[in-house]
Amino acid sequence: MDTILVIAAILVLAAAGFFTGRHRAVVRSGGVSRSLHSLPNYHGHFVALWGAVPALILLVLWLPLEPILAMNAALDYFQHHIAEANNLETIRQSKLALLLSLSPDATTIRLDELKPQQFALLQTEIRNMAAGGASAGHAAFMQEVADVYAGYRETSYILMFAACLAMAGVGAGFAWSRIAPDMRARNHVENAIKWFMIICSTVAILTTLGIVLSLLFEALRFFSKVPITEFLFGLHWSPQTAIRADQVGSTGAFGAVPLFAGTILISIIAMCVAVPIGLLSAIYMAEYADNRVRAVVKPILEILAGIPTVVYGFFAALTVAPFFRGLGESIGLDVSSESALAAGMVMGIMIIPFVSSLSDDVITAVPQSMREGSYGLGATKSETVRRVILPAALPGIVGGILLAVSRAIGETMIVVMAAGLGANLTANPLEAVTTVTVQIVTLLVGDQEFDSPKTLAAFALGLMLFVMTLCLNIVALHVVRKYREQYE
Amino acid sequence: MTTNAGSTLTPTEKMRATLGRRYAAEKRFQAYGIVAILLALSMLVILFVTIIGNGMTAFVQHTVHLDVTLYPQDIDPEGTRDPDVLAKADYQSAVNDAMYSLFPGATSRQERRAVRELISPGANFVIRDMVMDDPSLVGQRVSVRVPLASEYDQVLKGNVDPAVDFTAFQEGGTSVDWSLPPGERLISEDQANYLQQLIRQGEVKASFNRWFFTNGDSRQPELAGIWGAAVGSMLTLMVTLALSFPIGVAAAVYLEEFAPKNRLTDIIEVNINNLAAVPSIVFGLLGLAVFLQFFGMPRSAPVVGGLVLTLMTLPTIIIASRAALKSVPPSIREAALGVGASKLQTIFHHVLPLAMPGMLTGTIIGMAQALGETAPLLMIGMVAFVVDIPGSPLDPATVMPVQIFLWSDSPERAFTERTSAAIMCLLGFLILMNAAAVLLRKRFERRW
Repeated sequence: MDTILVIAAILVLAAAGFFTGRHRAVVRSGGVSRSLHSLPNYHGHFVALWGAVPALILLVLWLPLEPILAMNAALDYFQHHIAEANNLETIRQSKLALLLSLSPDATTIRLDELKPQQFALLQTEIRNMAAGGASAGHAAFMQEVADVYAGYRETSYILMFAACLAMAGVGAGFAWSRIAPDMRARNHVENAIKWFMIICSTVAILTTLGIVLSLLFEALRFFSKVPITEFLFGLHWSPQTAIRADQVGSTGAFGAVPLFAGTILISIIAMCVAVPIGLLSAIYMAEYADNRVRAVVKPILEILAGIPTVVYGFFAALTVAPFFRGLGESIGLDVSSESALAAGMVMGIMIIPFVSSLSDDVITAVPQSMREGSYGLGATKSETVRRVILPAALPGIVGGILLAVSRAIGETMIVVMAAGLGANLTANPLEAVTTVTVQIVTLLVGDQEFDSPKTLAAFALGLMLFVMTLCLNIVALHVVRKYREQYE
Repeated sequence: MTTNAGSTLTPTEKMRATLGRRYAAEKRFQAYGIVAILLALSMLVILFVTIIGNGMTAFVQHTVHLDVTLYPQDIDPEGTRDPDVLAKADYQSAVNDAMYSLFPGATSRQERRAVRELISPGANFVIRDMVMDDPSLVGQRVSVRVPLASEYDQVLKGNVDPAVDFTAFQEGGTSVDWSLPPGERLISEDQANYLQQLIRQGEVKASFNRWFFTNGDSRQPELAGIWGAAVGSMLTLMVTLALSFPIGVAAAVYLEEFAPKNRLTDIIEVNINNLAAVPSIVFGLLGLAVFLQFFGMPRSAPVVGGLVLTLMTLPTIIIASRAALKSVPPSIREAALGVGASKLQTIFHHVLPLAMPGMLTGTIIGMAQALGETAPLLMIGMVAFVVDIPGSPLDPATVMPVQIFLWSDSPERAFTERTSAAIMCLLGFLILMNAAAVLLRKRFERRW
């Protein structure tokens, strides 16, 4: 249904409220604007806010409630008019029997005795038919039920439209009646704006809360099916649970150690590329390069950080992996075409600007007096860097590297496209390994049923990922901040 | 000063002796830095060269000129010109007849099949779209260029089939090495002969690949385009911008100008900093569990993608906006307050306009991040195969990075080429956005 139409109507009413409110303020003041406490515009805003906000709140409350009420009515109709003994034969022959997994000797249908899964199926079917979906295989009375549902929704929509408009009218009218020269319209409006800003600034907290709660909730459901010790310490990962119990390999194994090992292996390779290159280039830029070189090279290096990760993934899979494979073949080594080396190296390239800009910041933050002291003792530039600047900047650099590690652990697209799928517990960078993020993506892309341990496992992995990166970030931010305070 | 009796060298001499080594070390250290920078730059160059080298050819498509006769009795027997009838009509036989007429010699079933396979299996859709645009074409003989099937297009571009010396091939030469086993050749001898015949007749032409810029996704690489994904990206970004800019600015204003220094605001601050470093895939999990599961929003819809990306870019926008607000000197606020403005009037009339360029820069950078983001959108089902161009934020859609991901999975060489071309387009958009941010900063940056 067209909710946008309702919103537009409310907004039009509010805009009308603005003009009438402003006009009334001018009229009430008798044309002497000095006698007004607030400017006429504030009176207008006051009326508009009273018109729009309560009506929008009503709309937001109504929207999720509406389909639930309509569904209850439809199910009620189904129970009392359809599920009767004389209809039973027709039901048995229709698609409904399969849908409800009706036992052949059943004499009654009681909706409250249905399994949740069948209940959900019935509801989906009603919803689809009400939306004009295919009704093939259904007896005619199912269409009746769907019509009840659709009818309720239609009535509800009209009711909602009327109620929202009435609410807007009442709100605006109330505000309009309160307009008087000495009414503190500005303070009211400013308070409303302030509350809006407070709500906006809590969005960040709500997001974190949402992440933690949703991950925790789903992960706990997973751990009720698979023991947490098996997940954390098990050495075997094969999440494909079978549909039939007698299938080969029907028990999925959820030991996540190979995934953690793979993630760590790829991150180590990435850091081996990113840390030396990033750190050395940061030192060169901060200590040696003149301003012209800096002005050109720094933004170019930062392009590396702006390239989408999917591009790096494509580059890794198309160019780097075959290159390593060919190189390995030419010296007689067997390199997997999804080797950890290729994925890790490309990830390292992506992280270079991250390491270099963070190190650049801490190196330039080292006070000039320390450099001059060192030069005064006769040290060369490189000796100064190695013996004075790096030790002084070390906490900041370590913090930056930790942030980079957390980035590498959470990176998804490069490994999805260039690393393997099979869980392989190995420390050999030439073999294919899989990572936590790859498994999350493979478990959740495509059709999912929300109760299988396979899907829930993705949330358990997500929780691990979140906790790992959060710890790294907190430590890193703490180290960086503590260090900054020392020189300020 | 006393010298060590055991050594004949004075400290000065000792220092001189090591000086050469120390200077060499200095030179080496400097060289390490230069090498590191050159390595990083060369990676960037290699990346761009491979992508551009792979993708340039995707902007060109070989087409075949056909004269298709559209008999009314086949397409619209009742003469209603109803768009529904036109959309469902059979254009394939008209296309096939036009192809057979080019090769009168091909009569056997096998030969005819080889002839048919020369052009794209989607050629009938090209004709259909023409007829839908202009129904008066029914009953006429229309001259049209349809795309060559992607295998032959790749052969002519020299991308595949090493057995074919394609330049000689194009000139009508016969330097095709038919000694290779058929399995290693992409095209058969018959097909190569037909193709050569077409080229000799001058019916094949390489032209600008307009389908790449106007079509949605397709199973046929020669008809697959990025327009659908680009529209999906635009819709998603519009939702993201509409939500994240007001919320981000409001949050930044509150935290910077109003918030009392207490525990709650401290927690909010730490929180924002941490959120900025949470892996993007976790936001996808949040979107899946909360928006899709809990609120029952539609899968694959740009509106959900926009919501997830909003949560992801908010920290960036809030941090940038706060920095912009901080850089407005307090004297501005004091002057406004001094002449009797309320706190909010001060902020809305004086501080915000001065901080706006900085806020917009941060927002553009956040949007650029959102444009390149893939992983969270995979979680909420924006990986679906979507042929139609989405019309509203509620339609199923995909976005450019996800389209790149999907194409990169396809084995055909033609899709590799298109993946690279799509990457070039995506990078083009990103460069535009970043350039806008830089310009904005340069143009409106103020030093107080």
